[in-house]
Order: sequence, then structure tokens, then C-alpha cells
Amino acid sequence: MFDWFPKNISTYGGDIDAVFWLIFYIVGAGFILGEAVILYLVIRYRRKEGRRAAYIAGDKISELAWILVPAAIVLVLDLGIDFAGGEAWSKVKGETPASDIKVIVTGKQFNWNFTYPGPDGQFGTDDDLTLENELHVPVKKVVDLSLNSEDVLHSFFVPVMRLKQDCIPGRKIPAWFEATETGEYEIACAELCGYGHYTMRGFLFVHSEEDYAKWTQERWPPAAADSTQVGQL
Amino acid sequence: MSSAATAHATHEEKLSFWRKYIFSVDHKVIGKQYLFLGMFMALVGGLLAYLMRWELAWPESPVPGTGWIPEPTMFQGVVPPEFYNAIVTMHGTIMVFFVAMPILLGAFGNFLIPLMVGAPDMAFPRLNMMSFWTIFTASVVMIASFFVPGGAASAGWTGYPPLSANPVYTGVNWGITLWILGLALEFASFLMGGINFLTTTVSMRARGLKMMRLPLMVWMQITAAVIFMLSVGPLIAGAVLLLLDRTAGTSFYTVAQGGDPLLWQHLFWFFGHPEVYVILLPGLGAVLEVLPVFSRKPIFGYKAIVYSTIVAGVLSFIVWAHHMFVSGMNFKLVMPFSITTILISVPFTIILLAMMATLWKGAIRFTTPMLFAVGTLAMFIIGGLTGIFLGSATADIYLHDTYFVVAHFHYTLISAVFLGGFTAMYFWFPKMFGRMMNETWGKVHFWLTLVFFNLVFMPLFKAGLGGEMRRLYDPFQYDFLKPHQPLHKFATIAAILLFASQIPFLINFFWSLFKGKIADRNPWQANTLEWTAPSPPPHGNFEIAPSVYHGPYVYSAPNMNMKEDWQPQDQPLAS
Amino acid sequence: MSSIAVTENYYEKTMPIGKMGIWWFLASEIMVFGGLIGSYILYRLASAGAWAEMAHHVSTAIGAINTLVLLTSSLTMVLAHAAIEDENRRRAKLYLGLTVLGGLLFLGFKAIEYTTEISNGFTPLSGTFWAFYYTMTGLHGLHVLGGMIANFALFVMASRGTLWPNTHQRVEYCGLYWHFVDVVWIFLFPLLYLSY
Repeated sequence: MFDWFPKNISTYGGDIDAVFWLIFYIVGAGFILGEAVILYLVIRYRRKEGRRAAYIAGDKISELAWILVPAAIVLVLDLGIDFAGGEAWSKVKGETPASDIKVIVTGKQFNWNFTYPGPDGQFGTDDDLTLENELHVPVKKVVDLSLNSEDVLHSFFVPVMRLKQDCIPGRKIPAWFEATETGEYEIACAELCGYGHYTMRGFLFVHSEEDYAKWTQERWPPAAADSTQVGQL
Repeated sequence: MSSAATAHATHEEKLSFWRKYIFSVDHKVIGKQYLFLGMFMALVGGLLAYLMRWELAWPESPVPGTGWIPEPTMFQGVVPPEFYNAIVTMHGTIMVFFVAMPILLGAFGNFLIPLMVGAPDMAFPRLNMMSFWTIFTASVVMIASFFVPGGAASAGWTGYPPLSANPVYTGVNWGITLWILGLALEFASFLMGGINFLTTTVSMRARGLKMMRLPLMVWMQITAAVIFMLSVGPLIAGAVLLLLDRTAGTSFYTVAQGGDPLLWQHLFWFFGHPEVYVILLPGLGAVLEVLPVFSRKPIFGYKAIVYSTIVAGVLSFIVWAHHMFVSGMNFKLVMPFSITTILISVPFTIILLAMMATLWKGAIRFTTPMLFAVGTLAMFIIGGLTGIFLGSATADIYLHDTYFVVAHFHYTLISAVFLGGFTAMYFWFPKMFGRMMNETWGKVHFWLTLVFFNLVFMPLFKAGLGGEMRRLYDPFQYDFLKPHQPLHKFATIAAILLFASQIPFLINFFWSLFKGKIADRNPWQANTLEWTAPSPPPHGNFEIAPSVYHGPYVYSAPNMNMKEDWQPQDQPLAS
Repeated sequence: MSSIAVTENYYEKTMPIGKMGIWWFLASEIMVFGGLIGSYILYRLASAGAWAEMAHHVSTAIGAINTLVLLTSSLTMVLAHAAIEDENRRRAKLYLGLTVLGGLLFLGFKAIEYTTEISNGFTPLSGTFWAFYYTMTGLHGLHVLGGMIANFALFVMASRGTLWPNTHQRVEYCGLYWHFVDVVWIFLFPLLYLSY
């Protein structure tokens, strides 16, 4: 209906957007109703000669019902909103689904570093590869991220994935996404991290499966890798 | 203490200029001092907003009228990124702590509480004077921090460590240290103020003024004072730790040595969320006073409002982590906080509906204060409703730290603080200064403010939904944000016009101060005790100690005739 | 103006102003120490073994003596209050003096303690436990100092006999504050000295 968001290309982005729209329609109705009532009241009950104000103190339950019943409705809608969102929340922030593609994301003033484990699948070995501001992933595969920071707080934000998560120095924070479309997208920092905060921009390359295989081949030529481990990635 | 106040009152004529206007212990003079301090700081905060908005619309282009600001703060009018972060930080700090609190609590709380409870002065007049001079010092410290080497604090008004804990990350050394000291002084000032508010209200009420007969403004002020008093302590402790990290080299917030940066976020927001209500409640309190007077009706559901306020105050202590949904805290703790957060909409729904119900079947007179009161109500709804999006943890994943948040809190705070503050200003001006403000100019001011306020912040909701992050020096570095430039240009032009819209107010204010029509005791035909004192009230407030016979909102009772449809609190009800 | 008759019937009946004020002040103080103690406990829980190791080096003996000193001075404060009520000038002076002395003794032991720790190489930079140790005891020490100054002022007033008839309630208010400082120490002692 409204084209307000960036394109969504993640498997769970639709769930997040759905929660937004659910709230939007409830809140939108409340907004129109509230403003319309105010407008009606101030026009209808403006001062006129010969008409006096009614004496309504609103201290009897029968009168208070006019505000308590709507408040109860608000309460029910509130809880509904929260429960409607609960599932999507645990999907995005809960357990990361099993994945072959693991990447360590390190924020630092003012770059994103993406570390791949290489063909052996282990971090901390010689074939690790660290790219600056470039994250390459295959389409339709769960990507398992581990976020941390070298210096201050950063926030890993991929608008097209609807993913946002703070990075804290000294901690490993898990996150994940699964892209549904290939293409080149932007990664941003959403937490003030110093004077270069606005330049902390990275790129997400979502490759088709063949392109991703080709990309890995180029990065880790089979000859350089341990022969028994080839193809593990 | 009260005997001291009366002693002063009898010697009023003999007081020197200094004792009367500068080091005064009279709550009304202190209230006015807070008001002028707040207005001055609003000018500073507004200028910072102007620099920020210009930078967002036309990044790295010279800001008109600022070419004189020397390097390295600005370069021939161009804001560098370091200074931009300082602007963002100081705008937030100044507006919340040095504009909203001094005006809504300092000025109106000080001026109104003793008058509304029928007391000759605050419980501790000298403490009251000290609280003003403490925040005055704090303001000086804050402004001075712009001029130290490295510039002012630039770690955000939230001051998250490690960015704020170590100068190497920001390049700002003294700026952030002064920022912490300035805040500490500000907190001390309002702790003193809060003790006065509470003690005066609880222990110095006029005979017959039971708690449930207090004007709602007083209820809002004391709830705010309690909330502030009970929430600021942990942040003071946190600030001590931050100061030690910066100056002594401890590592409370540094992970490598066993610290934890998230502790600060918990302590900050344990205070920060209640703080929102501290400045919001008095604004709503002003609206609650004005609505019955100009609807000529009792407030609807007095007790429901009082209890809702208390419930909202209590709830505000258990919602803080909703600022931290994506901070890396335990993801299972998020749902409980999301639920408590969204629950807060219930007491506020009751308060807002009670306001609307007060209009129902009234005889509404559209004076300037009434326009501002209804405007506050209409705008606050937007602020409240957009909060639901952010209270939902799921939607917050995407919306957190975007312009949606910025637009949301400006709608809540500008409505309650700015529009609510003007409600109070226009309503109590006659009592404060003994003269009426000009109605026509007041109405012009209202409509311009209302229109341009919406034109500034509506586009920011859209920018936020487009994913634009806060606090970006140049958002258009990102390709996906390039289409937002027209939105920002629009908002910036509207912001400049919003500033310009305050000129009618300033002219009206200062003109009325000296040339306005002389106000009589009760120009609005209101019931509360302050209107039974002379305008402006002398030192000591009341000629005779008032006694109270009924609640504050007896308007248009069945036994009253249409010409005299009110009954001041100090006069018994005719049966 | 002089017509404002502030009689006892002027206000609704509640607690005296000064007492009300001091209680609100203490409420805000409780939150400051509450925040600090809460942070300490959370950090401590998050960092199993290392802290206990560091906590071994504090002087439990001096801590225990100081607890005794502070509790005794709270008692003398109560006795001073009783003496004030009886308008017994000599006893009031004696007990106020003893309370001040208690505070001084406490700070003296604290100084010995700090000196020993620092000479053993444990400074606020020796780890988060030590940072908390110095911050918490330091902040508490400042409160002891503040209370002592207030009590000393009362002592001087009691010596000159100016406490009566109008200002003797101040002994009660300072007493409330002094007990609060004592209670904070009751929390700090087990948290810092006994939990290794």
C-alpha cells in the first residue's frame, strides 16, 4: 500500500514488516478516531450564548466507563500486538538455524571487517580471510554471523534484511539472515561511534549459488587449500 | 522555615536589589529566574538545532550566518563531523536538562506549588535559592564546554561508553568531563528542588486542602519529583564510575579489564525513561488545569487521572530496557520489557480520554492557553501512538536508532514541553507578571507553531521508515538514503520557519511584561488558590491564610448561575 | 503582609517540614548507593573466581573494627538526641562529641586501611574489584565526613547553648542521616570484606 520501506530480501523481513503493518492499522485507526473526536468536541461544544456547560465530574463508575472501556480495549490490542510480534522476535534474535556459512563481523572505527573461516571451516587458522567492508554470501542460504567490536559500540544494520544488532567490544553476539534475492546492497552502522560514524558503510553481495562458488574458488584456489578439506565451505 | 518566610515578607520594602531579584529566596522570583534561564538555554539549543538541520539538508555546505565561528569548531560556516556530533549531543542534553526541566519544573513548579497549596513560600526557601544557583552553574559549565580544547561532548546525549569513557575514541577530552560535571550539578539542583516540591506539598497544605483536593498540576509536579528522585540515584552512581574511568583510569566500562559497557546503558535508561515522564507530566498538568477553566466544566475523572499518573510513574521504572532491544542484552528478557512498555499506554490512554471527556458538553472558550492545551492533546496522541511501534520489540529491530525514533520523541516532548509549556506560559503569565498577554498575537503564535512543528517532524517519520539512521553527519553517503534529501530540505525549511514563528511570542512576551493590560486577581475565573492571591502575589503570597473547602474544579455546578459559574477553593460551596 | 498568621492550625496536620525534607533526601541517597551496590553485585556475579581472589586481600579485621566504631557512634547519636530532648546540655555535648570522635576514628582506620592496600600494590587500577572497593568505600567515607561536619556544628552549638529552644530538632535530622550512613556501611561490610 505505502512504499515506505527499502526492498525486503530476507526470509524473516516479511514477518517484521507484517508486525509493523499490524500496528500501523491499529494505531492509524486510533489516531483518526482520536483526532476526529477532539475536532468534533471543540467545534460542537464551543461557547454559545445561552448554553451552559454540563456538570459532569466523572467520578461515578457509570461515567468513568466512557474512559475505562476504551482503555481496556487498548490493553487488549496492546497485548495482541506483543504476542503477534513474539514469534518473529524469537525467529530473528533467537537460535541461529544450522548453517555452513559462518562469518565473523568486527566493527571498528570506521570500517566493517568480515572474516571468513576458509575451506577448513575453522576460525583462527591460516586460511582465514578478512575483507574490509565487503560481505559476500550466497542466496537462499542461512548466514551465521558472530558480531563483535574492536573499540566502541557499533550497530550492524542491513536495511534490506531488516537486521539490526549492536556490536559490543569483548563480546560475541550471534545474528543471522537468509537472503532471497541476489544483488548488491548497503550495510550501515546505526550506533554513534565517533566522528566517522557516517562513513562506516559496507556492502553486501548476495551471489547466486554458482557465482558464490566461483567467488570462493577465486579466493581460496584449491591448490592452496588443504586437499582433504576442499569443498567443505 | 515558614516563620522565616513571613519575617521576610514583613520586610519586603527593605530588601536590596540583590536580595530581591538576584539572591532572592522568594519562590516566585526563583521561578522566574528558572524561566529566563530556560528561555535562554532554549535559544542555545535552538541554534544547535538550526546548525544540525542545515547540515542534514545540505551536507558540508556553509550554514548561513555562522561564518564568524572560528576554526576548528567550524570552517567558514561549514560544520565538520566532529562538531556535528557535539551539536547532536549538546542539543539533546540542553533541551532535556536545561530547557524542559528548568521551565516545566523549575519555573512553573516553583511558582505554582506554594501558591496552589496555599503556602507563603517553599518549605526550604534558601535551599530553593541554592537549587537555582546550582543549575545556573551547571549551565555555565555546559556552555563553557564548547570552548575547551577538543570541543564539547560528542558521544550522544546518552553518552554510551566506551565512546564516552576514553578520549581516544572521540578526540574530546575536557568536553565530556565537563558534560558529566554539568549533569551532576543539574541533578543536584533538581534533587534540592524535588525535596522542596515534595515537602511543601505534603507538609504545607492549607487547612482543608486534602491530597485529593490538590490541583492536578501539583499532583503532576510531585509525581515528577518522586520519579526523578528515585531514578536519578543509579545514574549518579553510574556517572561517578564513568568519571573515574575517564580521569582515574579505572575500567568499569572497559571489557578487556572486566568491565561492561552495557551497565551504563542500564543505569542511563533506568533514569532516562522515567526522566521522560518527569518533563512530560508537568506539561500535561498545565493542560489539565487549563481544560476545565476554559470548558467551564469539572475535570473528568479526577481520581482516575491521579491514579493513572501514579501507575504510569511506577511502570516507568520497569520499562527501561526497551531502549536496548538490539543492544545485545538477553533476548528472552526482551518480551517482558516489551509488554511493560506497551502497558504504559493504558494509564496514558485514561489521562488523554479524561482530557477529551472534559471537553464534552463544555462551553469552550478559545483563548490562547486553551488553543495550546487542545493542541498539546492533539499532538501528544501522535507521540504516544508512534511509541507503540517502538515498544514492540519486533518492529523496533528495524526502527531502532532511525529517524522514526527521533520523530516519535519530538512529538511526545515538543507537544508536552513546548506546547504544554506555552499553555502554562499564556495561562499563568497574568499571575506571574501581573499583566495580560496579547491574545491575537498569542493565537498567531499558536497556529504558526502548530503548522510548522508538524511540517518539521512528519517528514522525519518517513525518513525513519526508509531506514535512515540517527546522528549521521552526511546521510547521503549511503545510496539508499540519497532519495531522502528532499525530505530533509523540507524539514529544514520548516524548522527555520518554526523558529521564526517564535518571534511573535517573544515580542508578545516582552511587550506584555512592560506594556500589557494590567491583570486582575482572577482574569480567567478559575478556582485554584493561586487566583485568590494578588497578581503578582507579594512575598508571602496570601493576605490571609486560606482555608480550602472543596476540590479545584467546581465549575457550572447545578446551583450556580451562568454569570458566576465558578467557586474558588477558599470559599465554601453554597448548599 | 503581617496579617499572615502562621499558626499551628495553618497547615493540614503532617510530619514536620524538616523531618519530611530529610526523609526525601535520604530516599534519593538510598538510590545512589542502591545503584552502586546493585552494579557491584551484578559485576561480581558475572565474574566468578577472579574477584574472590582479589577480595582476599582486604583487611577484614579493620573492616570489623570500623563496623563496631560506626555502630557505637550511632548509639551515642541516639543518646545525644535523648539528652537534647531532656535539655541536658552537658550530656548532649558529651554524646555529640563522642559521635564526632567515632566518625574521626572510622576515617582514621580507613586511612590506615587505604595506606596498607596501596603499599601492597592494590590501587583502584588493580582490577574491577579494587575499583569498586575504592569507589564505594570512598563515597561512603565522604558521607561520613559530611555527617561528621554536621555533627561537629551541632556540638559547637550545644557547647554554646544555642541549640535550644528552636533548633534542637536538627539533632534528630542529623541523627537520621548518621544512621543512614551507618546502614550503608552495614551493606558494604559483608559485600566487600566478607564475600571471598
